[in-house]
Amino acid sequence: MRGQGRKESLSDSRDLDGSYDQLTDSVEDEFELATVCHRPEGLEQLQEQTKFTRKELQVLYRGFKNECPSGIVNEENFKQIYSQFFPQGDSSTYATFLFNAFDTNHDGSVDFEDFVAGLSVILRGSIDDRLNWAFNLYDLNKDGCITKEEMLDIMKSIYDMMGKYTYPALREEAPREHVESFFQKMDRNKDGVVTIEEFIESCQKDENIMRSMQLFDNVI
Amino acid sequence: MAAGVAAWLPFARAAAIGWMPVANCPMPLAPADKSKRQDELIVLNVSGRRFETWRTTLERYPDTLLGSTEKEFFFNEDTKEYFFDRDPEVFRCVLNFYRTGKLHYPRYECISAYDDELAFYGILPEIIGDCCYEEYKDRKRENAERLQDDLDSENNQESMPSLSFRQTMWRAFENPHTSTMALVFYYVTGFFIAVSVITNVVETVPCGTVPGSKELPCGERYSVAFFCLDTACVMIFTVEYLLRLFAAPSRYRFIRSVMSIIDVVAIMPYYIGLVMTNNEDVSGAFVTLRVFRVFRIFKFSRHSQGLRILGYTLKSCASELGFLLFSLTMAIIIFATVMFYAEKGSSASKFTSIPASFWYTIVTMTTLGYGDMVPKTIAGKIFGSICSLSGVLVIALPVPVIVSNFSRIYHQNQRADKRRAQKKARLARIRVAKTGSSNAYLHSKRNGLLNEALELMGTPEEEHAGKTTSLIESQHHHLLHCLEKTTNHEFIDEQMYEQNCMESSMQNYPSTRSPSLSSHQGLTTTCCSRRSKKTTHLPNSNLPATRLRSMQELSTIHIQGSEQPSLTTSRSSLNLKADDGLRPNCKTSQITTAIISIPTPPALTPEGESRPPPTSPGPNTNIPAIASNVVKVSAL
Repeated sequence: MRGQGRKESLSDSRDLDGSYDQLTDSVEDEFELATVCHRPEGLEQLQEQTKFTRKELQVLYRGFKNECPSGIVNEENFKQIYSQFFPQGDSSTYATFLFNAFDTNHDGSVDFEDFVAGLSVILRGSIDDRLNWAFNLYDLNKDGCITKEEMLDIMKSIYDMMGKYTYPALREEAPREHVESFFQKMDRNKDGVVTIEEFIESCQKDENIMRSMQLFDNVI
Repeated sequence: MAAGVAAWLPFARAAAIGWMPVANCPMPLAPADKSKRQDELIVLNVSGRRFETWRTTLERYPDTLLGSTEKEFFFNEDTKEYFFDRDPEVFRCVLNFYRTGKLHYPRYECISAYDDELAFYGILPEIIGDCCYEEYKDRKRENAERLQDDLDSENNQESMPSLSFRQTMWRAFENPHTSTMALVFYYVTGFFIAVSVITNVVETVPCGTVPGSKELPCGERYSVAFFCLDTACVMIFTVEYLLRLFAAPSRYRFIRSVMSIIDVVAIMPYYIGLVMTNNEDVSGAFVTLRVFRVFRIFKFSRHSQGLRILGYTLKSCASELGFLLFSLTMAIIIFATVMFYAEKGSSASKFTSIPASFWYTIVTMTTLGYGDMVPKTIAGKIFGSICSLSGVLVIALPVPVIVSNFSRIYHQNQRADKRRAQKKARLARIRVAKTGSSNAYLHSKRNGLLNEALELMGTPEEEHAGKTTSLIESQHHHLLHCLEKTTNHEFIDEQMYEQNCMESSMQNYPSTRSPSLSSHQGLTTTCCSRRSKKTTHLPNSNLPATRLRSMQELSTIHIQGSEQPSLTTSRSSLNLKADDGLRPNCKTSQITTAIISIPTPPALTPEGESRPPPTSPGPNTNIPAIASNVVKVSAL
């Protein structure tokens, strides 16, 4: 990846000036030194790597850059952006899971390439690709299978997004019960974990899920 | 949802992929994106300066001039641009608002010009960002005060026939400059206060001897004259008090105010004296009461602004003064004890007890030094000198601090109040914005239901609610709807939630009631069951009982399907439509069947479940003549 990360460090220029006063300017500099500016690869390369058209990439990038002028999103920023869509609940946990799913190289930040790669799978990929991506989202420790604890975490985070004021009122056991029903459906060999094959197979048999996967075709 | 993140909506919708495999129910249909126009640049010519932006940027806020079709009025066919004959500087801020979602207030701009521009473009000033909001509010308030002053001075010249007599009187009392009568009254009362105070003082001066008796104070020599003067003053004060009481807009508040208490205290002794006879034992107490006459001097504070400010600052510095008093007391007690024990040995010492030594300590510490009590022993003298030195410190140091505290606290109070007031308003705004966005969703669901209802009637004449939601809003609502489906719960607003909690705790399922319910209600609920063939761009609205309740009374009760696990109650509702062929894939099927309530045959199939029947059917709402083809049953 040819993306450049250019660190704007002011300390170099400061030392040359000799105008750097240790006593007074201390804390403020920390902020400035940390500014990183990231630029994505060229449009052509992204077009090759993803299934978006040129115009779509342009629109996506403009939106991306609007919220993240520095070119990368860190987890806090990500959570904050996502929370704006769910004013009633607490979407931070689910946002964290999403962040980990988008951040494929696990470096703590999502740049435009990661962002667009993820979106390309979800919005333009085949149903199997999408299911794969969803499995990857659920598999928190990326070990190839979903345990009940992982699923419970995911379920709780989804229910958290609903917030307090719901009808009928949210009960404590609701996520757990939901997880049970999920496992009943998905876990074929009843070994307590859901592997990728079980997952894809069960989803393909469920017409609701198949139909809802097609919802993503015309999001953009 | 801030418009700035509208660009991230596709991402948020894509992120919903995590919900799909978990959901038990099918997802609602997505709103169709009818206008697949390519994004185009539009040119805005504001008094010659050209601004260009994307069309979608402007469409983020559809209820402003630039975001709606209103801008077509300004379209110039020849040059193919939108021409506005307005200030380009302010337009810069307005356009930035569309781009970033934040409205800024430039400091160099005049507040009224800015307000005019905002009003022209249909933007509410309340959405000014936090960074500029305080400045904006300050300037606005200054401007308003200036206008108010102008208005007041105008009013002072012209007569105000609209004020009642009582209100004019009150105004005259509070502000003596309003009319000459008020001014006269002001000076007369001031004069009599002065007379009364001077009388009290002169009363006690010895007036020369009457032959044959000892020297008498003037008060006893010319007792009749003084009595007449006193009577006159008290009469004036009483009349004044009664007039104020009559004119006060809130009598209760007036009676509780400090000034009125002072008034009462000033005139009471006279009346009490009148009532009392010349009883020996009582007259002693009566004489003490006369002391209160000196409080008449406080009546001057109505006449002097300075006195009022002093009183207020003393009140606000009460804690500082209290601390000074406390530390002084500590020092006094310490030194008095020391001096007592030091002087215990010496003969004929005046320091007979510790409280007796208090007097010495106070006199020494305040550097008065009367000399009526002096230490005689060496130890006493040593401690005495330490006492006087520390007295200087203890008293002299805090006094300037307190003085500066006065001014600091006074100013700070004003600033803190201002900040607190603005903070509350700011938090309220943020809260409103949040609830606004969630309310928008709930509102659109309701509208969706209304639309359904009207269509059921077959007369979709009224276009509802006027507000066609923008594509972005409808997509956002679809997203929230998917979340509801995934978790099988629904978003409601706070009051509904409270109501539900209350009702569920009441647990009222009288099956006997239902027949009566249904018979009482001429107007039954509509179950937007039939999700007709039309495809609206609103998400399938479920018929949540709560929503119904808000629209009209609910008389459906639901039957719990036997296979229902104690799980989440699902909303079977619209999924049961035969037309769409969607079957509820929900484990819990709550079926609501219906009873015939009115002689029209049943139409429907069941819709949303409801909670236990409302204990009191609400008033018939104005959902006009919904065809009573709804059937409900009650059973449990």
